[in-house]
Amino acid sequence: MIYKETGQYKSSYKSDHAIFPLLQDKIAFSILMFVAFLIIPFVINSYWEKAILVPFLIFSLAAIGLNILTGYCGQVSLGTGGFMAVGAFSTYKIMTSFPDMNIMIIVLISGLITAAVGILFGLPSLRIKGFYLAVATLASQFFLVWLFNKVPWFYNYSDTGQITVSERTMFSVPVTGATAPPYATYLFCLVLVVLLSFAAKNLIRSKIGRSWMAIRDMDIAAEIIGVPPLKTKLSAFAISSFYIGVAGALYFAVFLGAIEVTESFDIMTISFPVLFMIIIGGLGSMLGSFLGAAFIVTLPIGLKFLMVDMVGLSAVTAKHFEITIWGLLMIVFLIVEPHGLARLWSIAKEKLRRWPFPY
Amino acid sequence: MSVELLNFIETVLNGLMSGVMYSLVALGFVLIFKASGVFNFAQGVFALFAALTLVGYQTGQVPFAHLINELFGTNYHNWYASMPNFLAILLTMITMIALAWIIERLVLKHLVNQDPIILFMATIGLAFALEGVGDLMWGSDVKVLDVGIPSGGSIWLEEATIGLAAEGSDYYGMYIDVLNVWATVIAVFLVITLALFSQYTKTGRALRAVADDHQAALSVGISLRSIWILVWAISGFIAMVAGIMWGTESGVQFSLSLIALKALPVLILGGFTSIPGAIIGGLLIGVGEKLAEIYIGGFFEIGALENWFAYVMALVFLLFRPQGLFGDKIIERV
Repeated sequence: MIYKETGQYKSSYKSDHAIFPLLQDKIAFSILMFVAFLIIPFVINSYWEKAILVPFLIFSLAAIGLNILTGYCGQVSLGTGGFMAVGAFSTYKIMTSFPDMNIMIIVLISGLITAAVGILFGLPSLRIKGFYLAVATLASQFFLVWLFNKVPWFYNYSDTGQITVSERTMFSVPVTGATAPPYATYLFCLVLVVLLSFAAKNLIRSKIGRSWMAIRDMDIAAEIIGVPPLKTKLSAFAISSFYIGVAGALYFAVFLGAIEVTESFDIMTISFPVLFMIIIGGLGSMLGSFLGAAFIVTLPIGLKFLMVDMVGLSAVTAKHFEITIWGLLMIVFLIVEPHGLARLWSIAKEKLRRWPFPY
Repeated sequence: MSVELLNFIETVLNGLMSGVMYSLVALGFVLIFKASGVFNFAQGVFALFAALTLVGYQTGQVPFAHLINELFGTNYHNWYASMPNFLAILLTMITMIALAWIIERLVLKHLVNQDPIILFMATIGLAFALEGVGDLMWGSDVKVLDVGIPSGGSIWLEEATIGLAAEGSDYYGMYIDVLNVWATVIAVFLVITLALFSQYTKTGRALRAVADDHQAALSVGISLRSIWILVWAISGFIAMVAGIMWGTESGVQFSLSLIALKALPVLILGGFTSIPGAIIGGLLIGVGEKLAEIYIGGFFEIGALENWFAYVMALVFLLFRPQGLFGDKIIERV
C-alpha cells in the first residue's frame, strides 16, 4: 500500500508526460535531491569525497553515456576508455591554452569535442553490426590511448607524459586542483550529473530516443517505417560520447588531478567496468546506470573491508578475489536477472504496491 | 640483393611467424563460434590459465597456496620439485577438459537461446572470473615456462643469408627466432590434425553438423551439450598450445591474456566462421603490423603502432566486406 496509485488521476497531457507520474516518486526524489544538495555538502569529508561520492557521480555519467549507446541504441561499445581520454585531454589542452575560461564551459566543450570524435568512430556502425562492431570500437580504444601517449603535443611536451590539472574556481571557490575543498568538487560534479541526467532522460523520452530504441529492437523494421539509420546511429554515438567525454573531463580535472593515459584509461580500468555497470545496473535504464555505478564503485571498498580488515588476507589476494567476484557476479546477473538491478527495483515497487496483501 | 630488400624479406618473414601465433589464438575463437555461436572473449585468459596450470604442475606448486597460507598461517609451497614435461602437459589437458565441462555446466547451460551479445558479455565475465581464479590458484608473479622448445636467433640462417647482400655492405644476416619456427610447425600440424579430425571421424562430423545447423543436428540425435563440451575442450587445448608458445617467449604473466585482444582483429579480418580465414587473417595482420611498425612508424618517428594498427587494418577491410574476408555472407531476414 506504500505505492498506492489509487486516486492519482492524470487529467492533462502535462501530467501524463511527467517524469515522475506518481506522488510517492516525486516525494522520494525531492528527499533525495534535498539530501544530495543541502545535507551531504555540509557533512562530506575527504574520504567520502575521494573514495565514494565523486567517483560514483563521474561513473554514473559515463554509464549513462554507454547506456545511451548500448542500452538504448543497441550498439555495443568497448571504447569507453578511449572516449574518456578524449574528454580528459581536451580539458587539459583548453585549460592550458585559455587560462581565463570558466571550468564549467571547458568541461562542456570537452564533451562536444568527444562527441565529434565519437561520430568519427561511429561511422563503421553503418556498415557493421554486433560482434564486428564491438571489436571495431576497440580500435578507438587502442588508437586514442596510443595517440595521447605518443604525440607530445597532447601533453604539452612534458617529460613524464603526464598531464596535471591547474586550479580553477567557480564562484571564487576552487573546484579543481589540490586545494579544492570536498564539498566544492562534490557539488560541481553533482550539478553536472543532475542537469545532464535530466537532459538524457528527456532525450530518451523524445522522438530521438524512440528512434534509438527502434533501431535497437530491429534495425531493418525501423528503417522501413522511416527511421533514418545514419542520423539515428550517429546521433547515439555523438550524444553517448558527449556524456562519456564530460565524465572523462571530470575524472581528470576534478577526481584524479594528474593522469598518465595508458594507466588511467586502460581497457581494464575503464571500458570493462563501465560495461559491467550498465549490465549489472540494467541495460536501457537511467536508474540502472546509477545503481550499476554505485554498485561497482562501492563493491571494491566493501570487499576490501571484508577481506583485508575482517579476514586478514593480503591486499594482493584480496584483489584477485575481487576480480573473481566481479566476473562471477556478471555471469550470475546475466543468468538470473539479465535486466539488472533496475529490474529488481521495479519488482520491489510492484511488491510494495500490494503490500501487505498477497495480491 | 640490396640490403633494403633483404631487410624487407626479414620483416615479412618475422611478420608471418608472429602472424602464426595470432592465428593460433584466433583458431580457438573460430572453433567455439562455429559450434556454439558463442564469441568467447575468455580465449586469451584460457591461454593464460593453461600456461599457469602447466607451470604449476611442472614445479609442483600447491594450488591456492597463498590463500591457504594467509588464512591458516601455514607455509605450504610445493608438493614436489619437478614433473616430466609430458606428464605436466597431459595433466594440463585434463584440467582444460574439466574446465570446459564446468563452464558448460555452470554458464552455458543456463544461457541457451539468449542473445549472442548476452553470451558475449557472459564470456567477458568468465574471463575476469577465470583470471582471478588462476591468480588465486597459482599466484600472480611472472613465471618462466620451459617445455624444451628451443628459442633464440637462428645462427644457421644468419650465416646463410649474410652472403646474399652486395659486396662491401655491412649486413649481418637475418634474425629469426627459432621458437617462432617451431610455433609455425606446431600450428600447421595442429590445423592438419583438426581438419582430418573433423573430416574423417564420427565426432568430427557431428561437430560440423552442429556448426551447420543446431536444430537439424539435434533432430538427427546429436547431443548438443556433449559437442559443446568437446568444442570448449578443443579450444582449451589450442589455448594451451598458444599459452605454451607465448609463455615461452615472454614468460607467464597477466599480459598473456591480452593476446586475445591481439587475435580479435584477426577474427574480424578473416571472418568469425572460417578456419582458413583465421589463419590467413593472422598472417596478413602479422605482416601488416611489422611492416607498419618499420615503414610507417619509422617515417613518422613514432613507435608502438602495433597496439592499434591491426584494428585499423581490420576496420578498413570491414568497410568493404562486413563479414570479413572468408566469413559466411550475412543474410538478414525479417
